[in-house]
Amino acid sequence: MSTLNDTSAVTAVQVAHLPVSTASTASTASTASTASTVSFRPARPSAEALAALRGHRWYERPRWRRLCALTAVGVLLAVMTGEQGSGADLLFSLRTTFTGTALWAWIAAAVALWAIAEFGAVPRRAVASGARAAAAPLARIRPALDSSPRLRVALVVAGLAAAVLLPLLFDRSTNQVLVDWVGIYVLLALGLNVVIGWAGLLDLGFVAFFAIGSYSTAFWSGQLPVKPPFELNPFLSIPVAMVTCLLAGILLGAPTLRLRGDYLAIVTLGFHEIIYLIAKNAESVTGGSLGVFGIPHFSVDLGPLQYRWGLDPLDYLWLLIGLITVLVLLFRKLVRSKIGRTWEAIREDEVAAAAHGVDTVKYKLMAFAIGASTSGVAGAVYASKVGFINPENFPLLYSVLVLAYVIFGGMGSIPGVLLGAALLAYLPHGLKDVVDQKDRFMYLGALLVVMMIYRPQGLLPARRRRRTVRTREAS
Amino acid sequence: MTAATHLVHRTATTDPAPAPATAPATAPAPAILELADLHVSYGAISALRGIDMVVREGEVVALLGANGAGKTTTLRTVSGLHRPTAGEVRFCGERIDGVSSHAVVGLGIGHSPEGRRVFADMTVLENLHMGAYRFKRLRQEDLERVFTLFPRLAERRTQQAGTLSGGEQQMLAMGRALMGRPELLLLDEPSMGLAPLIVAQIFEIIKEINAQGTTVLLVEQNAAQALKIADRGYVLETGRITMHAPARELLDDPRIRTAYLGETTP
Repeated sequence: MSTLNDTSAVTAVQVAHLPVSTASTASTASTASTASTVSFRPARPSAEALAALRGHRWYERPRWRRLCALTAVGVLLAVMTGEQGSGADLLFSLRTTFTGTALWAWIAAAVALWAIAEFGAVPRRAVASGARAAAAPLARIRPALDSSPRLRVALVVAGLAAAVLLPLLFDRSTNQVLVDWVGIYVLLALGLNVVIGWAGLLDLGFVAFFAIGSYSTAFWSGQLPVKPPFELNPFLSIPVAMVTCLLAGILLGAPTLRLRGDYLAIVTLGFHEIIYLIAKNAESVTGGSLGVFGIPHFSVDLGPLQYRWGLDPLDYLWLLIGLITVLVLLFRKLVRSKIGRTWEAIREDEVAAAAHGVDTVKYKLMAFAIGASTSGVAGAVYASKVGFINPENFPLLYSVLVLAYVIFGGMGSIPGVLLGAALLAYLPHGLKDVVDQKDRFMYLGALLVVMMIYRPQGLLPARRRRRTVRTREAS
Repeated sequence: MTAATHLVHRTATTDPAPAPATAPATAPAPAILELADLHVSYGAISALRGIDMVVREGEVVALLGANGAGKTTTLRTVSGLHRPTAGEVRFCGERIDGVSSHAVVGLGIGHSPEGRRVFADMTVLENLHMGAYRFKRLRQEDLERVFTLFPRLAERRTQQAGTLSGGEQQMLAMGRALMGRPELLLLDEPSMGLAPLIVAQIFEIIKEINAQGTTVLLVEQNAAQALKIADRGYVLETGRITMHAPARELLDDPRIRTAYLGETTP
């Protein structure tokens, strides 16, 4: 440090002694004396700060930092996969984890991974080229699909056929899960995708509309403490639930959609709590926390066309697949129309959109209402399928989960949302026999964390969003 | 697109309306936009404290002023993005203050907002489509008009707007506003952050747009350039109009020369 100062002093002296510069130094000195009573000195980085940049301590090197991080991940995984805790002995889980051999196995695995990544150039290269070779056909799929509409149609038809036919091979409990969780939540995610993926409105209370749809079905089937003026054929409760949720969406949206971003999120959060608490506490209207029993199954009774949905989940699964297909076709048409482009404009720059004649509130309201009525359809199907609803079917957590499904799949992309919601909604049930019952949602959480770090744009991002993420990373 | 044709057009449009501001009482061109005692405030802070202004058909009017004088607020109030606390905005004689912005755009007021605000993720063509939002479908001749005014946009029509250079984005913002076939075009600092050469180009195009029959209200910091193409100018200082004169007189005014053209006091 002292040497640095010395050299600068020397150069300053040398400059001052140059004959040409004497005049200029004199003039600057005079201006300095007249103009500046407050002296301004730029803050130089200190020698310690500069030395710290070199990171000479061994544990500050990136390589050793990576070792520490990987070891920490190993410990975390050991805790995650270790013994289940118990209420009687609060530290039981930690004690077994840190005294068991599994911890050392995890740490050894982490260190081995680190060693290979850092020092094993040959295996590393082999893994990299292997991964590249494995990913090459995958990388070709998307451009091939983008360029060939026939291939796309074939893929969709094959997917649809698989969705319709494969459940025939599954056992009944799997099919129950496919209806109660996967089918219903795919429908919900499709609806939320309109709100958040296309119109860009952060809705944290989406499941409130699901609840409204369910309770509306219960009401019109005459099972609530409040009796309807006349009972509806259960199948008709689908359009009725849609309209009810549409109105609820407009009622909530009209005063609040003038708000932006975070504020709207808080309002929808509050809306969910209100609906939840009404369902729970207004016992004379909703049946309170005991819920509603005996909501009848769907039935169609139109002359020659007669069908009754029963206890078999397959019927409901096929109904849901039909509804999802119709909605996907409708939404696809919608987002490619002028409405879709208007939503995109609002999402990108609301003020600029308004300056070009877009009635932003109207379009936001439209997205909100469409999302809400989709949620209403899901609610009607759910109420009829399960036959029994109570407020605990609609906690705030589920609103957050639907949002996670949409983001995981890829906001704004229909295939992404379908895939993301189906995978994530099934995951906790798929893990049922593999991991401890209570741990299932922890793995869901871990998956979301990893996904958001390494692939924030989602599984199958929308074409435009994919492009944006790439350009933002490049710039 | 040559300078000569501009001049022919300019004289053709301005001659029948003889220098409006020198004799405002006898000016024959009808007023397209009138602001009368306009007050706008943001909460407790008042941005405009009683503005009177007239824009006549076929004119280019420049609105000059320092940062925070209220220039952008004026434009945003005209296009319905702000509601005035008092006063009137008249477009073609009808009051439009308090009318929502999408309705104002429908009347034929195009607004190219401050800082360009193109839709960055959309292509150039999609941006232009948004500009033609007030129509059921976009007319091909509007698109061609914009592409002749801004040949660069034609070259980049499928490019994402966010990847354009600053000058190109400005051109896109102006082209987008023109797609709505506006009677009156509001331009908010079209020269902001652009190289002098591009600025000169942009101002040439503004002249051309005006020559084709669009009235222009131009907000600018670049007073010299703005006054060169404007018919009249207003100077706004902390929410009040402090000067109003034909552009040439403002250009020669010593106060303007010191305050906005960077000349040192003699």
